[in-house]
Amino acid sequence: MIFEEAGVPAFEAVNLTRSYRLEGVSVDALRGVSLRIHHGESVAIVGPSGSGKSTLMHLLGCLDRPTSGTLRVDGADVSTLDDAGLAELRNKAIGFVFQSFHLLGRTSALDNVALPLVYRGVGRAERRERARRALEAVGLAHRLDHRPSQMSGGEQQRVAIARALVGDPKVVLADEPTGNLDSRNGQEVMGILADLNTARGVAVVLVTHEREVAEAARRQIHVRDGLIERDTVSGTGPR
Amino acid sequence: MALEALRVNRLRSALTMFGVVIGVSAVVILVAIGTGAKEAIEGEIAGLGSNIILVVPGQVGLGAAPTQSRLDLNDVAYVRRVVGDPAKVTVAVNSGESVRVGRTEVFATITGTDEYMPNIFERPLRRGRYLSGTDVDTRRRVAVLGAEVGEKLFGDVDPIGRQVTIAGVRFRVIGLYESVGATFGVARDQEVHIPVTTAQRLIGLSRINGIAVGASGPDEIEPLRQRVVDGLSGRYPGERFSAVTQTQLLGTIGSVLGMLTGVLAAIAGISLLVGGVGVSNIMLVSVRERTREIGLRKALGARGRDVLGQFLIEAVLLTTIGGVIGILLGVGGSLLIQALSPVPAAITWWSIALAFGVSAGVGVFFGVAPARRAARLDPVIALRAE
Repeated sequence: MIFEEAGVPAFEAVNLTRSYRLEGVSVDALRGVSLRIHHGESVAIVGPSGSGKSTLMHLLGCLDRPTSGTLRVDGADVSTLDDAGLAELRNKAIGFVFQSFHLLGRTSALDNVALPLVYRGVGRAERRERARRALEAVGLAHRLDHRPSQMSGGEQQRVAIARALVGDPKVVLADEPTGNLDSRNGQEVMGILADLNTARGVAVVLVTHEREVAEAARRQIHVRDGLIERDTVSGTGPR
Repeated sequence: MALEALRVNRLRSALTMFGVVIGVSAVVILVAIGTGAKEAIEGEIAGLGSNIILVVPGQVGLGAAPTQSRLDLNDVAYVRRVVGDPAKVTVAVNSGESVRVGRTEVFATITGTDEYMPNIFERPLRRGRYLSGTDVDTRRRVAVLGAEVGEKLFGDVDPIGRQVTIAGVRFRVIGLYESVGATFGVARDQEVHIPVTTAQRLIGLSRINGIAVGASGPDEIEPLRQRVVDGLSGRYPGERFSAVTQTQLLGTIGSVLGMLTGVLAAIAGISLLVGGVGVSNIMLVSVRERTREIGLRKALGARGRDVLGQFLIEAVLLTTIGGVIGILLGVGGSLLIQALSPVPAAITWWSIALAFGVSAGVGVFFGVAPARRAARLDPVIALRAE
């Protein structure tokens, strides 16, 4: 992974701001954030609620556009892309894991996992094959045809991780991935994310307000009041 | 994928489709009835015989007042000379009279005519013979009965050779018509044909009501019509004569019934429109309900047009499935109406194609607004929605 650090970073943000207009009042959620996250890194973005960490994650995930500043995702300047281009970038470069899993309720695990490949134009047989492998990788080979309602929270989050993985992304963005799980399932999910990072070299960016979860990552970026407060490398977590 | 979304909400999908089903089946049924009525009436006109020209005094047209006839038998002879073939011209004097046998009495249309009537109007006899030249020339009191008159007066008994009393005068039955049904609401089975000469004396008239000319081919109709009208107009300067051809009748009636069919289809179309509004409404609800799903799909790489396509396909699927069910119901309903009522119904392929096309179009038209709303959702807000 060392040689990749010298190359194009996964995320490169320069002086990002994001303000919203809420009933005529301008709210600055981010007030100038610069950071660089390299391929293969393990990063936690930490901060209390309202600190701007979610806004930062939405920007990094290309779900939203900055008000000002420059953001490059895998070398591509986001401001040069139209909405369809952003969608393609999300599809190819980023895997999402959400706090509330966000699985399609009446759809099997297999089809849930295969969903990102639908928007990449992958044929049905290949989609299912790749989805099956992704589910095996998270230890759910026996749950292919189960629906989310037939699975535990931990299993659902593992399906979501499989879905994030299926498209071979550069980065997995996990927004409070353990927020809806008990500690045992939470640890399991964190273990899978750590494996992903070490074994596959996928950069994992966690967004969390839990210190314990944050410490599982090697680098912590503390966000407060729309600014980066501290950027530390703890060394206890995986790289 | 779209089918799955519809299956998930079976009851709602079914109720939404219901509006389209009713609209489409109404279009198919009403058009079938309209077309059936048109075909039936056109069939009746064609069944009169072919290439007929009806000459009447005055002007014929919807809303024109009936004109007092001043034509008489001399004019018939004149028209025969104009046409050149006496056998191709016949005459009619009509009057409503009571016809009696013993104590049984029916009201019938008495038509005074001559031996050439069958040359021009096709109408099969069931029994006996038609009027002859001698019957007309010698003013015989003989009658050919319409099927219904014959049946009411004589039942199953063969009426040939028996006596009937028409307007107090005794006639001998020489022929009985087959049943032919009604034309323009004129019950032809309630007619009694007698020699025109006898009829004029019976009614006390020297006039006739109309002259019918049979052309030998379709191409001859128009020149012949012109010659007859010109001839009569020259004979009676300042008066108008009209000659109506079957083609004109067919054209007039066809356009009236076509309009009627159009109005019926339009009324049915409105219900289809209402069904479409229902589809739009449900799709909007669906978009709102599935906001999180849309947000997720966008996060996973769905572009605006992918989402647009997904919801449009759902809407179109909803209406086309409804359309197909509506067509099946409409065809079934038309056949049922045909079988159980006297209303004729003719199922036309164009009404089916139109109904299907319109229902698909309704899906696109009413699906666009909800689908666009879905496509434009901001993924961040959509993901956060509860």
